[in-house]
Amino acid sequence: MTAIPPPMSLLAEVTHRCPLQCPYCSNPLRLDPRTDELSTADWLRVLDEAAAMGVLQVHFSGGEPMARPDLPDLVRHAVSLGLYTNLITSGVLLNAKSLKALTDAGLDHVQLSFQDADTAEAERIGGMAGAQAKKLEAARLIKEDGLPLTLNFVIHRQNAARVPAMLNMAERLGARRVEIAHTQYYGWGLLNRDALLPSRAQLEETEHTVAAARARFGTRLAIDFVTPDYYADQPKPCMGGWGQRFLNIAPTGKVLPCHAAESIPGLTFPTVRESSLQDIWQNAPLFTLYRGTDWMPDPCRSCAFKEQDWGGCRCQALALTGDASATDPVCNQAPGHGVIKQAIANRPAVPPAFRYRRYGNGEITNGT
Amino acid sequence: MTETSEPFSEETVLRFARGTRLQYDRVREQWFIQAPERAFIADPSAAEILQLIDGKRTLGTVTDKLLQKFSATRDVLVHDVLHMTRELADKQVLQVV
Ligand code: SF4
Ligand code: SF4
Repeated sequence: MTAIPPPMSLLAEVTHRCPLQCPYCSNPLRLDPRTDELSTADWLRVLDEAAAMGVLQVHFSGGEPMARPDLPDLVRHAVSLGLYTNLITSGVLLNAKSLKALTDAGLDHVQLSFQDADTAEAERIGGMAGAQAKKLEAARLIKEDGLPLTLNFVIHRQNAARVPAMLNMAERLGARRVEIAHTQYYGWGLLNRDALLPSRAQLEETEHTVAAARARFGTRLAIDFVTPDYYADQPKPCMGGWGQRFLNIAPTGKVLPCHAAESIPGLTFPTVRESSLQDIWQNAPLFTLYRGTDWMPDPCRSCAFKEQDWGGCRCQALALTGDASATDPVCNQAPGHGVIKQAIANRPAVPPAFRYRRYGNGEITNGT
Repeated sequence: MTETSEPFSEETVLRFARGTRLQYDRVREQWFIQAPERAFIADPSAAEILQLIDGKRTLGTVTDKLLQKFSATRDVLVHDVLHMTRELADKQVLQVV
């Protein structure tokens, strides 16, 4: 008997190392170094605990999860526990041999990210020359093997015009799903917001393109569209509610309700090195703090939507208002909503240079 | 132009698409369909049908098997089977063999 329903999914960020340097990367600004990463034995134990508590799916992510040579062992172990295994990869380390090791281990699905449909732009955004050819080859190998493939594109002002080309690319590469996901603005995305935030017109164009493609593809190719919440009236239900559906484990073993939660000050972050996953999920203050609706301030407290969006994203509230327990400023009822309007109004006509995601690059304070 | 999918018949043979499966969750005591990026609940009747999908049986045979277990008329049952499997094929969970 458990008081709190168990999580459905585990996001296992096995490393922050990555050959790419996307300026919207969802990793924290302070990246964990390799020397602090959990060992193979730690991860195997964590997978045992996750399966026992009721996790159904494990998403192996990073950084680039294929940078860890023990990834096939982790996948094999997860499969033996009945967990559904998903690999979230940039594809640049994927070749026939490394893919075979993963499929032999029983991998269920691959989500492969592309930075753009245009090669030169993709490689400029990702900060890695030669990446596109490697990704295209990765897609071909995955398809040839027969593994289901999802393509992921993160959308922003510098690639939004090529959403039609991205959708064509997904069709051509034989993907079963494609994610057209507008950038979320925390961490690196927030640091690069002026370089990334699209105009409302750009956003609407992507919406129209996606609607038309959905009609064209029918059930052949599913499109998952994620809007940038800066242009919404209401926030998204971040992670399906704090501590309700997802567990996130950072490379060093910290257990978080979402991948950005480390930015919240004044909290102790529980780690699998010290406690069991079950104990952390049920009892750690980090998880109980914003779980449910009791913590909510007004206007959320008295709002009819509070169990739909759970008051939005805590990390976005923190980043934009300085208070993690504020209503997500994306909400048009939030006292802090002015900062969103301001960010849109102050959007420069010409995007500034990217601040690339690199070790050490996130620690400079934003001067503007 | 939305592509409309062909209805299934009693002769249709289905299997789970690669990367999808039916799984019983002992913690929640519920059947789930495991699929790329998410697991969704299979209600008890869907779970009964899906347990009989093996890449060999026709949907007619699946219906006959279910008839041994449930006290519905064959007409009702066959309608449910054809309808539910078509929906799951549209969601890329099942595919025609
Ligand atoms: S978003 Fe880019 S930089 Fe970040 S982990 Fe993914 S591929 Fe690497
Ligand atoms: S007031 Fe709070 S609960 Fe209501 S829509 Fe806004 S963020 Fe959601």
